[in-house]
Amino acid sequence: MTTEAATGAGAIGRFGRRVARVTGGRVIPISTVILVLIVVWYLAAIIVNAGVVMTLAGDNVKFGFTDFIAATWSQDRPLLPVPHQILIEMRKTILDVAVTSKRSLIYHAEVTLSTTLLGFLIGSVTGILLAVAIVHVKALQKALMPWIIASQTVPILAVAPIVVVVLGNIGITGTLPKALISAYLCFFPVTIGMVKGLTSPDLMLIDLMRTYYASPAQTFWKLRWPASVPFLFASLKVAIAISLVGAIVAELPTGAQAGLGARLLAGSYYGQTVQIWAALFTAAALAAIAVAAVGLVEHLTVRGMGGRR
Amino acid sequence: MSIASNGIEHEFSSGTAGGAEQAKPTSGTAYPVIRTRNLSLTFDTDDGPVYALSKVDLSIHKGEFVSLIGPSGCGKTTLLRVIADLEQATGGDIEVNGVPPQVARTRRDYGYVFQAPALYPWRTVIGNVMLPLEIIGLPRHERHERAKAQLALVNLTGFEKKFPWQLSGGMQQRASIARALSFDPELLLMDEPFGALDEIVRDKLNGQLLKLWAETKKTVVFVTHSIPEAVFLSTRIVVMSPRPGRIIDVVDCDLPADRTLDIRESPEFLKIAHRVREGLRAGHSYDD
Repeated sequence: MTTEAATGAGAIGRFGRRVARVTGGRVIPISTVILVLIVVWYLAAIIVNAGVVMTLAGDNVKFGFTDFIAATWSQDRPLLPVPHQILIEMRKTILDVAVTSKRSLIYHAEVTLSTTLLGFLIGSVTGILLAVAIVHVKALQKALMPWIIASQTVPILAVAPIVVVVLGNIGITGTLPKALISAYLCFFPVTIGMVKGLTSPDLMLIDLMRTYYASPAQTFWKLRWPASVPFLFASLKVAIAISLVGAIVAELPTGAQAGLGARLLAGSYYGQTVQIWAALFTAAALAAIAVAAVGLVEHLTVRGMGGRR
Repeated sequence: MSIASNGIEHEFSSGTAGGAEQAKPTSGTAYPVIRTRNLSLTFDTDDGPVYALSKVDLSIHKGEFVSLIGPSGCGKTTLLRVIADLEQATGGDIEVNGVPPQVARTRRDYGYVFQAPALYPWRTVIGNVMLPLEIIGLPRHERHERAKAQLALVNLTGFEKKFPWQLSGGMQQRASIARALSFDPELLLMDEPFGALDEIVRDKLNGQLLKLWAETKKTVVFVTHSIPEAVFLSTRIVVMSPRPGRIIDVVDCDLPADRTLDIRESPEFLKIAHRVREGLRAGHSYDD
């Protein structure tokens, strides 16, 4: 009995500590920052929207102070919508609409997410393969690296329409052309990180493999690859966020059919600022979830590999 | 255990890899495991050539425990690396088990222990010891059995599932010795394996290494810069000197086989230590 009670208490204690570790000491600073941001936001909205409110009202309408403030926070198409307007719009387009509807943000998020994930997959695999090639063939480092770096100096906003239109003309439409834009952006951090990671093992560890007369493949799989795992996950977290940006950018030139990018574009056509901000918030949430998912996989992998890192 | 009284036996132990056996003459104890003739190694650097090894003649026989001692830059580590084919000589001859080092490496004739434990942080202790066995391609069951046995030999039973960071420095280095011995090479090359450890741990590991050597009858080449360590462990001490890296004296160390740490106060011990120190002093011109 007593031992049982003790282990029970221990488990609760452990749980408490775990909660404390996850949130530990961060709740107060983070909520403070958010609170300050919200206050600044509402104040900024008063200043930004004041002009429009006064113009619309004309000269002969007299505002009370609170009415004036309320008006700046409740326009249909404000220059700067306030958070509660955005949240109401998000509730309307996420919860109150069927997910199959073109008005549903879930529908658009799903389109963007599938592009993001496909692009992330293509980009990561390409990035890893490029890094493996660069690490193993010295000549490739000199030959490929300048091109890889140059590839990222091309403005993606200019390239995206070309890729989408050209591929569309040869019959490739849908998710793939957009995913390629994502992949184009997100392979870069993976390549850079993995070149660093695959060359990270100490010279002594490489010598050790030499004394065992290990084949290059064995040296790769037993030494270079596991040694590069921390670098890989650092790169993947950057890559998946960039991949989402790539997916949104790639949705713009497709005539705004579907996706969060399309939603942004449609919003700006019709001056629906609240809609733009709602799409923006959804994109941010999507990015946060995606990065957190990669982080979770990292956590599990690192724990399987001995933990302390 | 009867290991200590067993002492050193200059015998061929049976049960070695069949392929390696054929290349060796079976004449008996005088067979050199390592033989160098006029061995030289010059590094070409931007500041001109560096003579890491110059005209090194050395034979090491089966079952010997030979220490290479000298100040830094004397080429003792370089010589060990040439034996291991981690570095290639630029002149002279070297044979390891009767073949060039390149061939000896492909036959996995030696185990190498580095200055640092060099354990893979993502592998458990037993996973690290099994690494060479995986590379050689032993079946899973045999890998596990052998690794367990080796860990027992270095007193690490019970630590198999730990990760390296959970072990002390001395235990990590013992794990790395178990790893070097896991595939049962006849030759053990050790490059200042206890150099980074404190003196108390080092003394203890020296005693354990001596016991391990008596038990396994390996040939050991041991690089160190500690005179007491060299005298305590060795059957022969090779004194080296820098610029150019060369051998200046070879001291026979005929202390009894079952040595304990107390032997270090004995006159015989001090006599040998004195000769080594004299050798080091003679070879080291403090002109810089």
